[in-house]
Amino acid sequence: MTEFPLIEVTDLRRTFDVSKPWLERTLARESRQLLKAVDGVSFHIRKGETFALVGESGSGKSTVARMVVGLLEPSGGEVRIAGVPMTGGSHAAERRRLRRRIQMIFQDPFASLDPRWRVGDIIGEPIRAFGVAENRRDVTARAGELLRLVGLDPADAQKFPHEFSGGQRQRIAIARALAADSDFIVCDEPTSALDVSVQAQILNLMRDLQDRLGLTYLFISHNLAVVRHMATTIGVMYLGRLVEVAPARQLFAAPRHPYTRMLLDAVPDLAMSGRPRTPVQGEIPSPISPPSGCTFHPRCGLANDRCRAEAPAPIDGVACHAVAEGRVPELRASA
Amino acid sequence: MSRPVLSIRDLKVEFVTRRGVLRAIDGVSFDIARGEVLGVVGESGAGKSLTGSAVIGLIDPPGRIAGGEILLNGERIDDLPAAAMREIRGRRIGMVFQDPLTSLNPLYRVGDQITETILAHLDVSAAEARRRAIDLLKEVGIPAAERRIDGYPHEFPGGMRQRVVLALALCAEPDLVIADEPTTALDVSVQAQIIALLRRLCAERGTAVMLITHDMGVIAETADRVAVMYAGRVAEIGPVRAVVKDPLHPYAKGLMGSIPTLEGAADRLVQIPGSMPRLNAIPRGCAFRPRCGSAFARCHIERPEPLRVGEHDVACFLYAQGAPAEPAAAGPGTEARR
Ligand SMILES: Nc1ncnc2c1ncn2[C@@H]1O[C@H](COP(=O)(O)OP(=O)(O)OP(=O)(O)O)[C@@H](O)[C@H]1O
Ligand SMILES: Nc1ncnc2c1ncn2[C@@H]1O[C@H](COP(=O)(O)OP(=O)(O)OP(=O)(O)O)[C@@H](O)[C@H]1O
Ligand code: SF4
Ligand SMILES: [Mg+2]
Ligand SMILES: [Mg+2]
Repeated sequence: MTEFPLIEVTDLRRTFDVSKPWLERTLARESRQLLKAVDGVSFHIRKGETFALVGESGSGKSTVARMVVGLLEPSGGEVRIAGVPMTGGSHAAERRRLRRRIQMIFQDPFASLDPRWRVGDIIGEPIRAFGVAENRRDVTARAGELLRLVGLDPADAQKFPHEFSGGQRQRIAIARALAADSDFIVCDEPTSALDVSVQAQILNLMRDLQDRLGLTYLFISHNLAVVRHMATTIGVMYLGRLVEVAPARQLFAAPRHPYTRMLLDAVPDLAMSGRPRTPVQGEIPSPISPPSGCTFHPRCGLANDRCRAEAPAPIDGVACHAVAEGRVPELRASA
Repeated sequence: MSRPVLSIRDLKVEFVTRRGVLRAIDGVSFDIARGEVLGVVGESGAGKSLTGSAVIGLIDPPGRIAGGEILLNGERIDDLPAAAMREIRGRRIGMVFQDPLTSLNPLYRVGDQITETILAHLDVSAAEARRRAIDLLKEVGIPAAERRIDGYPHEFPGGMRQRVVLALALCAEPDLVIADEPTTALDVSVQAQIIALLRRLCAERGTAVMLITHDMGVIAETADRVAVMYAGRVAEIGPVRAVVKDPLHPYAKGLMGSIPTLEGAADRLVQIPGSMPRLNAIPRGCAFRPRCGSAFARCHIERPEPLRVGEHDVACFLYAQGAPAEPAAAGPGTEARR
């Protein structure tokens, strides 16, 4: 069954001005410096699915997330939710209605909850703000229900965030995200600050909630093994661009972009299966002066003159000249 | 068997607080042999860093070593005066921390920091020290080391900076390196490079390594043996292959099962219920008991001491005489998803 996508992101762009202050710049005779944090990103997410963005630090994952939820204005391109464009002049009333369906969960459960508020108020605020329930009793009852849903006790509503462990705080953040009956949750590294045993609890909870409530996730992580556990479809980012988009299964069984292969190779072999691995070369270049052509070319074993000169456009989900030209060696049989 | 480089015997570390004495390390023992990498894992607060700090003599009040012994090449170092301990740090024990900037002085050129350490600890000329520093920077993979040696720490990208720290830790030819989360702050692609480097350099020099990390993947690739810590105790210790592929302690089983991997089933993560107790609420008997599905009467009362089971040392009564039944293979006490 092909439903039309709940989320459509088209040619999304965001530039940051990272120039020194005007006077200093003028004295040093420097020109303005622009950083392309997100550079022409397109993808879509169907209802009930999880789209994961992976990539190393600075690749632009969080910037995409912040534009999707409306925390950051795009420099170009468009985000549509349920077919409605989220920027521009028209559809204002519809947009407001849709905003309520979108929530975000952040990496740091310590920073994202106001320490002066009781948990019941933290969860109750969106319930009230979006008019899910009006009177005090109903709000309290709903908050209690949500706490139970995420594996906490309704009595925890009386406590303050500092009385909880990292994993419990992330549960509270999830409860708050669900409070306004939201069904699209953007999760930016939701478990990166947690221990693996706590991470397992949270990832399992998120999947259970998705099954029960039909949630749609945009899930951001730098950890491919975590992403494998969560995603329906995966987008791999490098220096602001999507270099490969593929169904999760396919991405792990048959990664095509050289950067995807490199990332997979960097995942430690925990099963000690003797999975063949090639050491990764180099570090991510500065996004302020990215390499010419395909920005991955300085680290890529398959780069040629064309790669150094011309940025590859995505073809069939992969933006790579070597893939387009059939120059990528056959895959290992493993994975 | 030859004498271990590091030997920790029944180490206890306490914090004296207004509300009483909290025991953070409670009877930890292990050895590390020459050229061996011992991985130390366990969740946050288990006592990994504190064990490392005890070895390098950096436990500050209100913390104190409250019992046990630490031996470096057979000599006690836990009771040395501060000055003697300072000499041992840097010379005989090298250190690598998560944030490279804790080890590097931002105001000094990296080359000066390395040469000064060499001069302070080894009997060589200044020219010789500088030559050694350049060689070492080359060896840790700093391009154009002759030129970069006169750079300042902030001029190096994160991964390069950690390479410099590695050079600094190894420059006085220590017997032991303590690496506490050395790659946690680095990008995934760089982590593997640093770990491989640490492994190779220490193997070549016969340096013993205590590698502290949350990351079982790093341990699986680097360590010879691994110690799994829980609530200030060692739950299980053994050869890395044995502990990673066939853990015995219920906590170690849960921990291993909870890690998402590229190889395992994609939709099943084992889940350990609850969380690790705080220091002021560590239960009597086995500290893991409230989270353990296999616990029986004895676990509530007595504290399990390490037992030899095959290649493992396991602190769990399931492996003692008179245990109720064979422990289930899937991991007692842990609930699988769905
Ligand atoms: N407000 C800002 N001003 C200037 N530069 C910014 C700003 N926000 C992000 N950037 C830059 O944009 C790029 C992308 O950043 P972003 O946070 O989206 O990356 P990320 O993939 O989420 O990385 P991480 O894994 O570290 O969270 C980086 O180079 C970052 O320094
Ligand atoms: N200065 C201190 N005062 C009081 N308690 C402390 C102090 N330093 C450490 N502790 C406690 O000692 C225990 C062990 O801490 P330690 O830093 O060794 O944990 P860890 O295993 O390294 O954890 P992490 O993975 O988070 O680094 C913790 O419960 C911690 O709260
Ligand atoms: S079986 Fe008993 S001793 Fe073993 S881990 Fe469980 S509670 Fe501890
Ligand atoms: Mg981010
Ligand atoms: Mg620590």
